Amino acid sequence: MANEIKKITGRALRLAGDDIDTDRIIPARFMRCVTFDGLGKYAFFDQRFDSKGKALEHPLNTAKAEDSPILIVGRNFGCGSSREHAPQALYRFGFRGIIGQSFAEIFAGNCVSLGFPAVVIEGQSYDDFIKTFQSDPDSSVSIDLEDQLVKISGKKFPFQMPQSSLKSLLDGKWDSMAELLSNKEAIEKKYQELPYLNQFTGV
Amino acid sequence: MGESLFTKVWNMHKVKTLSSGQDQLFIGLHLIHEVTSPQAFAMLKERGVKVLHPERTFATVDHIVPTKNRQRPFQDELAEKMLAALESNTTDYKISFFNLSTAYQGIVHIIGPELGLTQPGMTIACGDSHTATHGAFGAIAFGIGTSQVRDILATQTMAMNKSKVRRINVSGKLQKGVYAKDVILKIIEVLGVKGGIGYAYEYGGEVIENFTMEERMTVCNMSIEGGARFGYINPDQKTFDYLKGRKFAPQGEAFNRAIRFWKSLASDPDTHYDDVVNIDVSDMAPMITWGIHPGHALEVSKSIPALNRFSVDEKATAQKALEHMQLKEGQSLLGQKISVAFIGSCTNGRISDLREAAQFIKGKKVHKDVFAFVVPGSVQVKKQAEEEGLDKIFEAAGFSWRGAGCSICLGMNDDQLVGDQVCASSSNRNYIGRQGSPTGRTLLMSPAMVAAAAVKGELVDLREVI
Repeated sequence: MANEIKKITGRALRLAGDDIDTDRIIPARFMRCVTFDGLGKYAFFDQRFDSKGKALEHPLNTAKAEDSPILIVGRNFGCGSSREHAPQALYRFGFRGIIGQSFAEIFAGNCVSLGFPAVVIEGQSYDDFIKTFQSDPDSSVSIDLEDQLVKISGKKFPFQMPQSSLKSLLDGKWDSMAELLSNKEAIEKKYQELPYLNQFTGV
Repeated sequence: MGESLFTKVWNMHKVKTLSSGQDQLFIGLHLIHEVTSPQAFAMLKERGVKVLHPERTFATVDHIVPTKNRQRPFQDELAEKMLAALESNTTDYKISFFNLSTAYQGIVHIIGPELGLTQPGMTIACGDSHTATHGAFGAIAFGIGTSQVRDILATQTMAMNKSKVRRINVSGKLQKGVYAKDVILKIIEVLGVKGGIGYAYEYGGEVIENFTMEERMTVCNMSIEGGARFGYINPDQKTFDYLKGRKFAPQGEAFNRAIRFWKSLASDPDTHYDDVVNIDVSDMAPMITWGIHPGHALEVSKSIPALNRFSVDEKATAQKALEHMQLKEGQSLLGQKISVAFIGSCTNGRISDLREAAQFIKGKKVHKDVFAFVVPGSVQVKKQAEEEGLDKIFEAAGFSWRGAGCSICLGMNDDQLVGDQVCASSSNRNYIGRQGSPTGRTLLMSPAMVAAAAVKGELVDLREVI
């Protein structure tokens, strides 16, 4: 299937820092829109530009950012608002996979819905991964979903991800609508059963 | 072994197990607003899919609404375009929309309960992370992304993994001047901003039981700030009394049948929880935040911890917080000058919040260096407040009295901080740039604490001035 996501490979960009919230990823004033098109240029906008629009020193402002499909982040990335605009902005900026120490729950789920794997390397292994990455920041990094490994410079780091997310990415079913729709009969049956949709009769 | 409300309600709504292993969960009530829904409708149109049960989705407009001049078209063309999109989408798909011209517009998490749409035992989803607010009624309520808004519109279901449940028992007796807002900030201080990942929080214990429904909503509202996607409280007589007679609540004999159903949902006494936490709040002072996430909270009588007191996990963020906030480790926040005071939001924009603040402000004046304003959470809250004369109290003190919406909680309309202004805010997030200015500084606290800070021009311990 065309939607199957098995491996993301390419250079990686590191964004240091923990607890980076979705307001920082995409400030609310840039969500005054009715489509996700064009959100890429606003990713981390207030960190990348000063109030006069002058570019600041920031990993996303480097030449390398333009051809780095992988983003490396820290702990609790994507906390805060449920705005899908946040992963959309990162995806439209050009990222295709994220490696972090932990992710906020709604953010991680939103990433899966876009076919945008967010994988977790835990504990000491994360520190070792960062060291390896820093020793050659331009080397190619691979997020291999089939092997459940991040591969870099001949080294392998196991990653964590909810089994259901992994499976839906590998099977190309991360866009869940079609499968949900295929159970219409069961949905209607449920509607008929729920007390609050049926005047609380039979309770 | 007994079951938790979470498990009972989840199982009741499970339609199927999907190929990924996730559950297909039926969503009983779907709430939408102008920010996270237009792209979902666009995807439906693109795929030629209809809204399966338009009668189970309700819309309002809250995030982009100007609070001063609500005349259409809005001055902000982008905001106008977003509202126009919601108007045409709700018309095209026959979805009820509590638009600006209705008596029921307001913040989505304020209007759901006040209209009686929110009820125990429901699954409630909204493209908004503060949806756990509705959990105060014993519902499973949670925030979702836009792709899930699309899925629910198309199928009235979504794909989801069941969470673990952590019971949080809150005991003790709150001091005067300490509120529900302080209790949830304390819970987040204790359990951290990541502590709730993977969990639903079940709040209970004498303090929670003694809280009114509005106070319970404040607690559940900020579950996500603790990392928990769900927060809920078992329904009781207060829940039923609150709902009775509301517009969308069951009427007549159906209401009595509903109570029987609702009572059966509460967690069983012998429920086994995945985790249990006990918190005593007896000696607690009012809470404030000093940093850049809601876990950077402390009792106002205490000082910011020294950096070496933070764990390796937290130190870098704490350092960044001190830099952004222009504060020092070991410093007390008492006496911190403020320039903006905001009372409102889905956390604290209800009538009881306005009453508490007004009671303090009555006969006093806002400090000359402070811009203070009140944004009621809904048109109904505003109307009720005006009937009680609260607007006059606020205005006499120098507060600006506004129309209903989310306002400066997230600065999507023209209510925004300027430069590095410090805002005493009754809202829920103190993230960098949250209130519209990249260098703006937010201090979270209860509405009464905001009122006290507005008068003094600086942060005070509410207990010493009431």
